[in-house]
This record gives sequence, C-alpha cells and structure tokens, in this order.
Amino acid sequence: MSLSPVDGVVLAELEHSGEPPVPPPGKRIVGRSPGQLALGRLRRDRTAMVTGVVLLVFFAVALAAPLIERLYGVSPRTQFQDQLDGFGLPLGYAGGVSGDHWFGLEPNLGRDIFIRMVYGLRTSLFVALAAALITTVLGVVAGILAGYLGGWVDAVIGWITDFALALPFFIFALAVVPTVTLRFYGPRDAEPPAFRVVVVIVVFAIFGWTATARLVRGQVVSLREREFVEAARASGVSLPHMLFRQLLPNVWAPILVSFSLAVPSYVTGEAALSFLGIGIVEPTPDFGAMIFRSIQYLQADPAYVFFPGITIFALVLAFNLFGDALRDALDPRSARS
Amino acid sequence: MSPLLEVKGLTKHFPARGRGSVKAVDGIDFEVRAGETFGLVGESGCGKTTTGRMLVRLLEPSSGAVSFAGRDITHLRGRALRPLRKDLQIIFQDPYASLNPRHTIGKIVAIPLQANGINPAGGVRHRVQELLELVGLNPEHYNRYPHEFSGGQRQRVGIARALALGPKLVVADEPVSALDVSIQSQVLNLLRNLQRELGLAFVFIAHDLAVVRHFCQRVAVMYLGKIVEVGTRAEIYERPQHPYTRALLSAVPDLERLDAAGRIRLVGDVPTPLNPPSGCRFRTRCWKAQERCATEEPALVPRDGGTQQTACHFPETGPLR
Repeated sequence: MSLSPVDGVVLAELEHSGEPPVPPPGKRIVGRSPGQLALGRLRRDRTAMVTGVVLLVFFAVALAAPLIERLYGVSPRTQFQDQLDGFGLPLGYAGGVSGDHWFGLEPNLGRDIFIRMVYGLRTSLFVALAAALITTVLGVVAGILAGYLGGWVDAVIGWITDFALALPFFIFALAVVPTVTLRFYGPRDAEPPAFRVVVVIVVFAIFGWTATARLVRGQVVSLREREFVEAARASGVSLPHMLFRQLLPNVWAPILVSFSLAVPSYVTGEAALSFLGIGIVEPTPDFGAMIFRSIQYLQADPAYVFFPGITIFALVLAFNLFGDALRDALDPRSARS
Repeated sequence: MSPLLEVKGLTKHFPARGRGSVKAVDGIDFEVRAGETFGLVGESGCGKTTTGRMLVRLLEPSSGAVSFAGRDITHLRGRALRPLRKDLQIIFQDPYASLNPRHTIGKIVAIPLQANGINPAGGVRHRVQELLELVGLNPEHYNRYPHEFSGGQRQRVGIARALALGPKLVVADEPVSALDVSIQSQVLNLLRNLQRELGLAFVFIAHDLAVVRHFCQRVAVMYLGKIVEVGTRAEIYERPQHPYTRALLSAVPDLERLDAAGRIRLVGDVPTPLNPPSGCRFRTRCWKAQERCATEEPALVPRDGGTQQTACHFPETGPLR
C-alpha cells in the first residue's frame, strides 16, 4: 500500500546532498553576524554617516574642552568687563563677535560665549549619556526579568513602572531637587558643582527607565515562546545564561535605538531643568542655564541666545536622525519612506 | 526488560480564563523501550506536542507520572533535573525558530556541553565539530550563523544540539514537517542512521502518516488528548481497529487511487478540548457511534489478544481496504 507521494521519495536513500558549496581554497569561512550585517547597512546610509560625523565632532569638542581652552586662550570664568558698555552689553556687532571672542560675550558678566559653550557641551553630553546609560541598564534588567519570569515578578515590576509613569516629572523635579540640595548642604553652604550634576542624573534615572523596561519586556515576552528558548531550557542552562546570553542578544536592536533616542531627550530635558533653575547651577557652564540667562537680553542682545540655541538644536537633531538611521539599519523592514 | 520511558495517566490541563480548562492531554499511558522508535500521530491540536513537551519537562504535567529508566521524573525541579537533561533531549519542529539567530552554530551546539559543565576530551570545539560532522554538516562552518543555512541544514544543527549530551531518548517534535519533501527524506534518513548507530530511542511526533510509517516501530494514534489506538507499525497501518485510525489512513492521498472510492470522510470539526464529549471522544464524528459510546468511555485494551490496543467499543476487524 502506497501511502502518499512522499513515500517513494522518503524510501529512496538519498544521502546528504544540498550542502553549502565548498568555498574557494585560501578563503577562511567566517560567518557574518546579524550585527555585522546591520553595521554594513549603516555604512551605506548617507544620513547616518553625516549625522554620525556631526556627533563625533560634538563628542571630540566636549572631550577636548581643556585643550581647546588652551589653544583659544580664554577661560570660561574670565570676565571681560572692559569690553562691555555702560549698560553691561557687549561692545561691537552681534554681541561682541571678534577675533578674540568668536561667539561674542555674555552681557553683564562679560564671559566668553564660545568657550562656555564648549564646556557646556561637556556638561550636557555627560549628563545625557550618563542618564541614558543608567536608565537603559535599569530598564533592560527590569524588563528582561519581568518578561521572562512573568508571574508575580512581572506584576511587581509592572506596578513600579506604572507608579513611576504616573508621577509628573517636572513637578517631582521642582519639589525634589531643591529639597535634596538643602538637606545635604543647608541654605548657606556652598554647593559643589558636581553635586547638582549627580542629582540631575539621579532624577532622570528614577523616571527614565520605565520606557526601556516596557520595551524590553514586550520583546522578551514575544521571544519567550520561541523554540530556541525552549531548546536552551531543555539543555539545562542557568537563569543568567538564559537572560543575558540567549535573550539579550536578540533585543539589542531596540535597546540601542531607544538609547540613541533617549540621549537627545535628556539633552533637552537637562536644558529644561537648568532653564527652570533646578538643573545645573552657576558657575558650571551649561546650555540650559545659558539660554535661561539669555532670555532677559532677548531684545538688547539677540546674538546671546542664537549661538547656544542653534548648537543645542543641531545636537538634538543629529542625535534623532542618527537614531532613526540606526533603527533602519537594525531592522530593514521599517525603512523610512 | 523494563521500559526506558513509562508514562502513566499523563494529563495537562491549561487554565482558560473563566471557562474551566483546556484538556490538552487527558490521561495517556504508553511506554518506550530502549532503542525503540515510538510514533505519536494525530491531527493538529490533539495534544501530541504538549505530550512531547511534558516528556522533556518543558511543561509541568497537571497529573500523572513519567518515569525514565525506572525513576519518577514527573516533578523534578532545578538541579535535580540537570542529569535528566543529558539523557532526554528534544528536536523542535521549526528549524527557523529553534536556533538563536545571534549565535553561531558552533556556539549553539556547544551550549548544552557548557551548561552542564562537560569538558570532552579534545576540547569543546573539537567535540562540536565532531557532532557537526556526525549530522552531515561541514565542520568548517562552525562559526557561521543560522541565517546562512537552509531549513534542512538548520534542522541538522538542531539534531547536533540534541545529540551533544549523548541522550538515551530523543523527543522529535515534528522534526521534518517544516521541510521540503526532498529534504524531509534526507533528515529522516539521518535520524534513522543515528538511531541505529547510537542506539537512541525516539518519541517521534508527527501528523504525516507516511513519515511515521517510515520511521517508527510502534505507533500511537491520538485524538483530542487521548490515545485511541497503539500497536506495532504493521498492526496500525495494515489492520487498524479504531474507526479514527481507519479514517486517518484512508485520508492519505495515494497516487495509485486518485478517486474517492473507499475513502472515509469525517464530517464536522474536532470538538473543543474545553468541553470534550462524554464517553468516547470520537463519537461525535464516528459513523459507528451508539448509545453506549456516549455513556461509557472505552478503555485502551487489547481487543483480539494481540499487542495492539484499541479504545473503542465497536472495533473494526480485518485489513484496511
């Protein structure tokens, strides 16, 4: 009795054919990992390359700030009172732009805007990157645990996430930052500049991890039922191996994208906090604080707001475009139209 | 000789929100001897995959007992499960989903060794290459990624992974149903050669009757969470006694007889496992069903003194067709 057309084929003792062709001799066989393929796609993306270069320049400037100070010959704290007029406004055109002071001088205090922006870039990028890194690590650990373990672990992490999302960020920051500062240093003590930076990063960390946690949890829930996870369980792997060797490599792509899009949001967030006076405080140079100070000179000295404003705009735009390009490279199916 | 794997009253009920439970597997018994190939066939949703998952303890049985080599393994947990993993492995259905896309195939095959702290003579890498060669892959492809392989080759990687720990019994969950017909035969022949060379026992889960006939020495037919008939290959395929087995076999397309004459057509759908029919579960679609079938559940017992067991009040007799 012949059961099906398959039968004859099955019974024919076909030995292994259809193996990959033997590679030309002399060429080593090295597989290209999905990550390497994504990098290749990123290289071919013009937006990614341009914004990547812009970001590299920003990073280089921030890192080399002391070197630039030496070459430029002006310190961010020096006040050039002799170059201000009687109203405290800088002499000359466009806010005192000159060969010595490329972007002009601050009204009233007379500090050099260019070098303050170089150092402000440092503050901004440090705060944004540190906050993004901490929130991503917290979010990944919380999300991967909630997604894989499920049950009560998932429920508890879900409650904490909802709680953190329900707190209004700016009201919380307005209430907490001055209180914490007062608690540590009292009303009269001088507050070290680094302290505010740490407080701002902590405030971001408390609120920022929830988005990543939800993203990662969703990804892991969909991966959990895949057969390779079951195969790893059947092999008897440990929980850390399962979470960080089996699952994490498969959620890298969305994590990287959310990280690269989180950084610019922290740049603007930090500037907003500084603008409200609860972020970075003088004398630490900072974009948000500079823009805040420039507002009162908007009519008298419009050049003051122009340079920091345009720089922060370029920085955030470059980050966002790069993040989009990164997403396209990691997931070719969601290409920009 | 005592059986290698013994399953008694194995049950899996999945809770369904507010509507009782899905009785995916509802009390099945069978045994597999060392080196034997045991087939588990049935339609989609009859509980065969759930059974396979419970055998290798990826799912926790609701009740019943599984014993392996004389030891009760039904409720082993954590560390106690480790030694069992070495003896009991699984091959998955989907060769695309069953390999981690971020790992090289060398790493995929090495993970069972590393997770169990095994340090084979000659090193892990050497052993992995041996395994790749054993399943008919080029050992030089060690550091390639799954997406660079075809379905059949990936399934070979899955087989190499299952063999890495030197198991005594392998649960093969529809190992060829996702592959092209021409590749199916290659993979089946590979499995058969491995079974002979290594003396492996197989629980072979499939819906393709031809594949099961080709591979298995004994076959159990499942319907809606129950085994309705079990016997040797010859018994099941040549003299099936359960009406469901007959219907299933007659539905297999046959190039020599393309007309529908003599074909048993089942009408209606498989009833929901949320609320299976009383008595015999097949009675709603059975042409021989009578009053007794609704009230009394037929036991899985030998009907004619042979080894073949059938759960039916009115078994068929005589050869098929």
